[in-house]
Amino acid sequence: MKLHPINIITALSLLAFSGFTLAQTSNSSTEKGKQAYVKNGCWQCHGFVGQGGIAGAKLAPDTKPIEYFQAFVRHTNGPMPPYTEKILSNQDLIDIHAYLKSIPKGPDYKTLPLLN
Amino acid sequence: MTEPKQQGHSPESRSTDVPLARRGFLGGVLASGAAVASAAASLATSSAHAAEPAKPSALPPSAKGAQAETGIPPDLGHGQGMPGSDFMVDVIKSLDIKYLPSNCASSFRALHESLIDYGGNTKPEFLTCMHEESAVAMGHGYFKASGKPLLTLCHGTVGLQHASMAIYNAWCDRVPVIVVGGNDLDAAYRPPGVPTFHAAQDINAMVRDYTKWDDTPVSLQHFSQSFVRAYKIAMTPPYGPVAISLDAALQMAPLHLHEGKMPYIPKYIPTSPPQGDSGAVKEAAKMLVQANNPVIVVDRAARTPEGVGLLVQLAELLQAKVIDQGSRMNFPKTHYLSAPATAIANADVIIGLELSDFWATVNAYTDNNSNDGHGTNASRINPQTKLISINSVDLLTKSNYQDFQRFQVVDVQMAADAQTTLPSLIEAVRSAMPADKKDLIAKRGELQRKAYEEDKVRNRTAAALGWNESPISTARLVMETFAAVKNEDWALVASEGNVSNWPTRLWPMEKHHHWLGRSGGYGVGYGAPASIGAALANRDLGRFSVSIQSDGDLMYAPGVLWTAAKHKIPLLSVMHNNRGYHQEVMHVQRLANFRNRKVNLDGDMGPVGTSIENPDIQYHELAKSMGWWAKGPIKDPAQLASALKEAVAVVKSGHPALLNVWTQPR
Repeated sequence: MKLHPINIITALSLLAFSGFTLAQTSNSSTEKGKQAYVKNGCWQCHGFVGQGGIAGAKLAPDTKPIEYFQAFVRHTNGPMPPYTEKILSNQDLIDIHAYLKSIPKGPDYKTLPLLN
Repeated sequence: MTEPKQQGHSPESRSTDVPLARRGFLGGVLASGAAVASAAASLATSSAHAAEPAKPSALPPSAKGAQAETGIPPDLGHGQGMPGSDFMVDVIKSLDIKYLPSNCASSFRALHESLIDYGGNTKPEFLTCMHEESAVAMGHGYFKASGKPLLTLCHGTVGLQHASMAIYNAWCDRVPVIVVGGNDLDAAYRPPGVPTFHAAQDINAMVRDYTKWDDTPVSLQHFSQSFVRAYKIAMTPPYGPVAISLDAALQMAPLHLHEGKMPYIPKYIPTSPPQGDSGAVKEAAKMLVQANNPVIVVDRAARTPEGVGLLVQLAELLQAKVIDQGSRMNFPKTHYLSAPATAIANADVIIGLELSDFWATVNAYTDNNSNDGHGTNASRINPQTKLISINSVDLLTKSNYQDFQRFQVVDVQMAADAQTTLPSLIEAVRSAMPADKKDLIAKRGELQRKAYEEDKVRNRTAAALGWNESPISTARLVMETFAAVKNEDWALVASEGNVSNWPTRLWPMEKHHHWLGRSGGYGVGYGAPASIGAALANRDLGRFSVSIQSDGDLMYAPGVLWTAAKHKIPLLSVMHNNRGYHQEVMHVQRLANFRNRKVNLDGDMGPVGTSIENPDIQYHELAKSMGWWAKGPIKDPAQLASALKEAVAVVKSGHPALLNVWTQPR
């Protein structure tokens, strides 16, 4: 997922100004996050396990921090359309992030005979 | 192609060796028949005059006029000499066209009968198709595998309307396809009702914007000239489809003398492709050797295997990176100078060879709803970067359809065939190469070797993500398929849908036939028929054909599966079944977000109107019903290898096989 540095700063500032706290992930649900990930179309470009592809960046493993994630999803101006709170609630976003973080790291390509 | 023998005709005709002895005999019969008919008409006229008083104010009608007004139109197909359609078969045979995929229709019934009975149904062999779009797309795929064009016959109007999307794909992909449309021109004689609904003044009008040339011959001599001319035009780079409207009466009419002689068949002599201007070639060479970071971008540069070799020569001479955009297999993926599209960023000179879109090569468009919904444009290169283009399509720009893409200013632009120009460009680069640059150029190559290895690691790391997931990742699908075919002389004949370009990123494509490229015009419905057309060519060449087949593409005209089974065309079709029109899934989602609305799924996974689920299509059952070996749905990646092994064995036994695999979206 790529975001211009200026856009990141702007987005994070906006979030700080709104007083919205995003780092509270203690009440997140990976199962609900998985459902929200599918229901809100994230799978369309990023694949069902966030593996990415030609249409969207890799989201998992090594998922970006929630602050970056939130800023990007709400304010991106790139090929991915932004998701407002009306379309995707803050709780859904937190859950999606939790789901992505829960996706285990897959095999190293060096261990896969078909990729060597 | 077998060179036809020269006949003793004038230099203008230069006919091929046609069975003139038989024609001469039949021509004599025909002349006698005409005399009898004329005498009968005269008698009829005489009788009419005897029964009625003379009317001095009007001249009596001619024998031909009287026959036309009072007589029953003769059935020209019976016993009046050699049918015109037999002569047409001789013309077609002179061009060594091997197959004729077609959907039968009354407007070319005479030619159809001549092809299978007079012509013995060989060269061309009639292949029964269930849709004209499939027939044309089969010719499209066949050409890319064999370098030889096919002929297809279409019903006038409705058949050509069905064929038109596939003709447009061939046009955009610069592929020659010869399309003959049956049409009954004579409104006074043609049967009423359906045949008249299916007739038009000018059927070619509907495809004129995306064919190189078309004609409506009005005599058999005219037909032979037009057909050979059409073949010649189609086969001169830039290649492209051609259309001939074939009058039903002309097919039925017996052979007539032309200027006192039997009609001749012109000899086909290929036209030399256009080569770049020598001054422009020298200027381009000078720019390339002086560049610090030249990049070669290719799309349809290698028309033949020789083109691949020439590109390797040019790249190695300059130690320049090559970005292969993949409309053909232009440059070996195993070569260290092969580079991803991002390699363009630091170029100071870019040479584009047969690019379908130079603007999009050096610019980026983002569909982000900015600029009143138009999206944003940004350059991907430095402002000082010099651009060179060699493109034969510059010689063939029409107005209506926008396949010429957005306008890009280019510093040196040659309207010429790239492959034909490459030998002189290579020579010019050699001559212009300053001795003091050689070390710098060698160093450039070393850096690229390192970048190439890094890129390989990046691709493999990305491919491993989601490797064991269900639905099956597109990378796993593609690499399991490769493992199953790698010991064959394989050809990836199509990869429709979008599997994140894994084949071109991961398969060791080296030979020209390893990859045939895409549809050209992105008209969905190309994959299945073009794969089968290419597999037909590969069957004769002893190659193993494999296709990555998307679900949406297959459902446009699945009847082509039956054609493959009927004519025993071996093809391994591995489905990328993501259960949706995935490009559109994302478009509708994007628009909903832009408008701040939650998209309506109505129980499906994608927005309403974009999913192909509930019910799920059992593609393997569909294929089985049409004579294919098939298996599915395969959702577990661990089951894929064994299914592929079985399918490969079926294909090697000469039959088509399909695996319905549920995959990740892309």
